[in-house]
Amino acid sequence: MNAPLALRVTGIGAWAPGAPDWQRLRDILRGAAAAAGDAPTRPTGAILPAAERRRAPDGVRLAADVAAQATGMAGIDPATVPCVFGSTHGEVAITDYVCETLARAPLDLSPTKFHNSVLNAPAGYWTIATGCTAASSAVTAHHRSFAAGLLEAATFACAEDTPVLFASCEAASTGPLADMTRTTLAFGVALLLHPAATEGARLRLVLHAAAAAPLPVLALPAVAGDNPANAEALAVLSALAHARPTHLRLPLSSGLSLDMEITP
Amino acid sequence: MPARIEPLAITTYSATSALGHGLAAHLEALRNARGGLRANDFSSAPLECRIGRVTGVEDAALPAPLAHWDCRNNRLAWLGLQQDGLMEAVSNAVDRHGATRVALVLGTSTASIGSTEDAYRRLDDGHFPEDLRRPEIHTPHSLAAFVADATGITGPALTISTACSSSAKVFASAERLIRLGLVDAALVGGVDTLCDSVLFGFRSLELVSTQVCRPFDAHRDGISIGEAAAFAVLERAEAAPHAPRLLGHGESSDAYHMSTPHPEGRGAQAALEDALARAGIDADAVDYVNLHGTATLKNDEVEAKLLPRFATRTRASSTKGFTGHTLGAAGALEAVFALLAIEHGMVPPNLGCSEPMPEAAPWLALQPSGQRVDIALSNSFGFGGNNSCLVFGRGSPA
Repeated sequence: MNAPLALRVTGIGAWAPGAPDWQRLRDILRGAAAAAGDAPTRPTGAILPAAERRRAPDGVRLAADVAAQATGMAGIDPATVPCVFGSTHGEVAITDYVCETLARAPLDLSPTKFHNSVLNAPAGYWTIATGCTAASSAVTAHHRSFAAGLLEAATFACAEDTPVLFASCEAASTGPLADMTRTTLAFGVALLLHPAATEGARLRLVLHAAAAAPLPVLALPAVAGDNPANAEALAVLSALAHARPTHLRLPLSSGLSLDMEITP
Repeated sequence: MPARIEPLAITTYSATSALGHGLAAHLEALRNARGGLRANDFSSAPLECRIGRVTGVEDAALPAPLAHWDCRNNRLAWLGLQQDGLMEAVSNAVDRHGATRVALVLGTSTASIGSTEDAYRRLDDGHFPEDLRRPEIHTPHSLAAFVADATGITGPALTISTACSSSAKVFASAERLIRLGLVDAALVGGVDTLCDSVLFGFRSLELVSTQVCRPFDAHRDGISIGEAAAFAVLERAEAAPHAPRLLGHGESSDAYHMSTPHPEGRGAQAALEDALARAGIDADAVDYVNLHGTATLKNDEVEAKLLPRFATRTRASSTKGFTGHTLGAAGALEAVFALLAIEHGMVPPNLGCSEPMPEAAPWLALQPSGQRVDIALSNSFGFGGNNSCLVFGRGSPA
């Protein structure tokens, strides 16, 4: 067994339909509020410069919104913070556009949509918007994307002794590809992970050499749909919202899981 | 600047590209300046360009228990895994350390999107055709999930997809996992296959040459797209003292533009300095640099600005003229070229360049040459201003 990865969560960001920020989602998770009927139905991408915002697809805006909330809450300048952006499928709407266009008229493919199709589009736009010159990454592990991405971000933070921004975002699926994905709703979470902070909820991660069952989807289908990455993210957010000690075991492979202790 | 890291042993490595299957074919091609690009015979609609297509991918059928992973990208991965004793090396590492103590970190830019494209060409009443209704191949993690299944690795498994730096960054991620004791070994690498998305996508950006690409040539006019599978097994140095080493890695972001590099190469420079610091060496110690050298106007112009950082005895070349730009596989493929340079005392030539850019000329290796290489570096830069630099070195003398 490895020594635990010990971190503090110094910033949190979230976006879901009806819950455009962490405060709102926290109140919903605490049962103190309902999803806001008048909340924006699309993420704003407010931190992106106007020219970038015009070109940015919803998934990029979503990632930018939650990342900005997390760094804002942590009171940290994103310019020097390495970032890891995780997603199960990336921007399905763009993949759908690319594949549909290629099948019909390949020479009509839009160059902007093509460069937006890379999985690291959110990382690219985020680093441009914030002037971040630190390492940035885009990672995926299908239904284990949240746990594997969190492990990657936490490993970076502990190995390099630096705060790391981790964002896990799913854009809503469209088109024929939607049959193959389980991302029916846009949902995003960001955590600012700090290995040396003295404030913020404590997070301890250990690899556990046994399989774990997928977490049940929380009873908030309107918030997170049935995407497994979202279910895991929501379980973490729920622990943070209730400020109660929580142990989670997230599957990483057929023989490995991520043991996670959250202590307020 | 980051602290020096403990070097890791690269116990086994291999590559499969337009140059052939396995290391011997690559070494022979590099030594004889034999390129692998051919006229485009791949895209679903005509497109005038040269491509680096791997022969035999279509024939590399997956064994029955793995058949549900079948797609062109996974066939290339499978073909790549059969070379140079990779499967045995992984199985050895699993036996010695335990399956959960071996990590799998792979880079890919488009994974098996070729099969998703295929499904859209053959939609059945608005839905995927029966044979392609397999969610596990319509995800960017398709490659790593397949390789985990094929090798029996059950440690942490991750796909890094940062466009053309993807499979360089896998070395850094794996090194951190080993450094923190989360695992004892890692299989890293990258696989990307030709597909319409990249052929027509880079064409839409007007970045594809109709000719064989000409990196660092004054008249270069764009990339040639290729495909490849490249893998390496990383372990702590004491596990294989004579094996070549991963000495350092550096990663950075340009914070400039989604598809154009920073004009002064700010991010590339930062990744380079980071990598040198982790390796604990000066730029003067570098014998060979495998350049990203895509042969676009901008990339090569910006990358040439890094060369004065090195002594003029340092040899540099882009190998894209041999293989084409293999995108998400380029980092791992070119890491293999750097390792071949060290292990076989050979500097790969910058194939395709007849009139070198004056800024790059003093460093460019235009002809194959035999010379001792103790330290080799490899650059990889991707869309979104995503940069990575790797430093490799010689193991202890036998």
